[in-house]
Amino acid sequence: MTDIKLHGFWYSPFSMRVKWTLKLKNIPYEDIEEDRFNMSAQLLQYNPVHKKTPVLVHDGKPICESMIIVEYIDQIWPQNPLRPTNAYEKALAVPAIASLVRCSNDIEKENAIEKIKEHLRVVEDQCFTEEKKFFGGDTINIVDIAFGSVVKFLVVLEDAFEVKILEYEKFPHFHSWYNNFKDAPVIKENLPDQDKMVTFLKFFREKILASS
Amino acid sequence: MANEVVLLSTWPSMFGMRVRIALAEKGVKYEYKEENLQNKSPLLLQMNPIHKKIPVLIHNGKPICESAIIVQYIDEVWNHKAPIMPSDPYQRAQARFWVDYIDNKMYDTWRKMWLSTGEEHETWKKELISIFKQLEETLGDKPFYGGDTFGFVDIGLIPFYSWFYTFETYGNFKMEAVCPKLIAWAKRCMGRETVSKTLPDEKKVYDHVVGMKKALESK
Repeated sequence: MTDIKLHGFWYSPFSMRVKWTLKLKNIPYEDIEEDRFNMSAQLLQYNPVHKKTPVLVHDGKPICESMIIVEYIDQIWPQNPLRPTNAYEKALAVPAIASLVRCSNDIEKENAIEKIKEHLRVVEDQCFTEEKKFFGGDTINIVDIAFGSVVKFLVVLEDAFEVKILEYEKFPHFHSWYNNFKDAPVIKENLPDQDKMVTFLKFFREKILASS
Repeated sequence: MANEVVLLSTWPSMFGMRVRIALAEKGVKYEYKEENLQNKSPLLLQMNPIHKKIPVLIHNGKPICESAIIVQYIDEVWNHKAPIMPSDPYQRAQARFWVDYIDNKMYDTWRKMWLSTGEEHETWKKELISIFKQLEETLGDKPFYGGDTFGFVDIGLIPFYSWFYTFETYGNFKMEAVCPKLIAWAKRCMGRETVSKTLPDEKKVYDHVVGMKKALESK
């Protein structure tokens, strides 16, 4: 009997990626909610280098970094495969996603929103085709999961900080893709509530500012 | 259609070296274009418009950026020989983790040490040394990070060997004293032609860095 545990945060886009992957493949697992301000001793033992979530523990072996975990799961459990068949598409998307994440983390820095829009622009112009519903074609793949979590986070940021980032007129492909993504069966059931996330993000930001 | 491969890079860049080693391991013929970072070519600006950084691999006209991504892409496309990524999923995940670690920590910490003085400099020096010690611990008693074979993490880290002399001189410490096992590993890697023919001379790197600092300070 395989033993799988996921240490994460309900609000974290990185934990979301792993959850979606596990759910899309119907893999049973134990969800362990960590407290960012009081991480469990177990987590610190599993990820001593970065002390971060998410961490997947498979039969006692820890795997860290969300995209690394997603690819690992996809290799071991091949049902509903997630890896893009197009090596180039993956090579293009992954750095764009990482950049988006970095910019989102520094949202209050000057030009952060401009930078985010620049990255979104590259993807909008180069990564979508009319024929495909998802990056994976008719089904979700690793690129959809990676972007989905970040876009969800951007949508929350828009609400929480009252800024406009993903404007429909400027990013029509992104909009259409995201609408498909968030309505997809497994994703829809595993998307944290928007209001709950906005409230939490505001509280979280206050706490971080207070502790720095 | 012919396989057209172009690499935009600079000779001292550790990240560019990773790509060159990977291409050499696979026996891929490519055109190399040396970039001048003070005067970036129109091709670079077109192929990496957001970051304007090297290395960029251009495969049949399509650009791929970020050295770790490029190396994995090379491994996937030219999969006929010299596998770079481990086949076991768990080992693969570990390999990706460590290259990610090097990317997030190494260069930034070096740069901070390089550009600071006094107490701040000492702090960053300690941090840089602890990063190397961590990497030495991860290697353990294996001949390579890939186990018996040279692989992804080895490719990810070995280019920094050409910068060790520079780190040592600016940091005033000796790598051999701090992490002898890592030095032994590096020499083992240098026994491979793909590595020894790619890495530049460490003194040349140092002179280049001294020049860079002078240029920064004169601004």
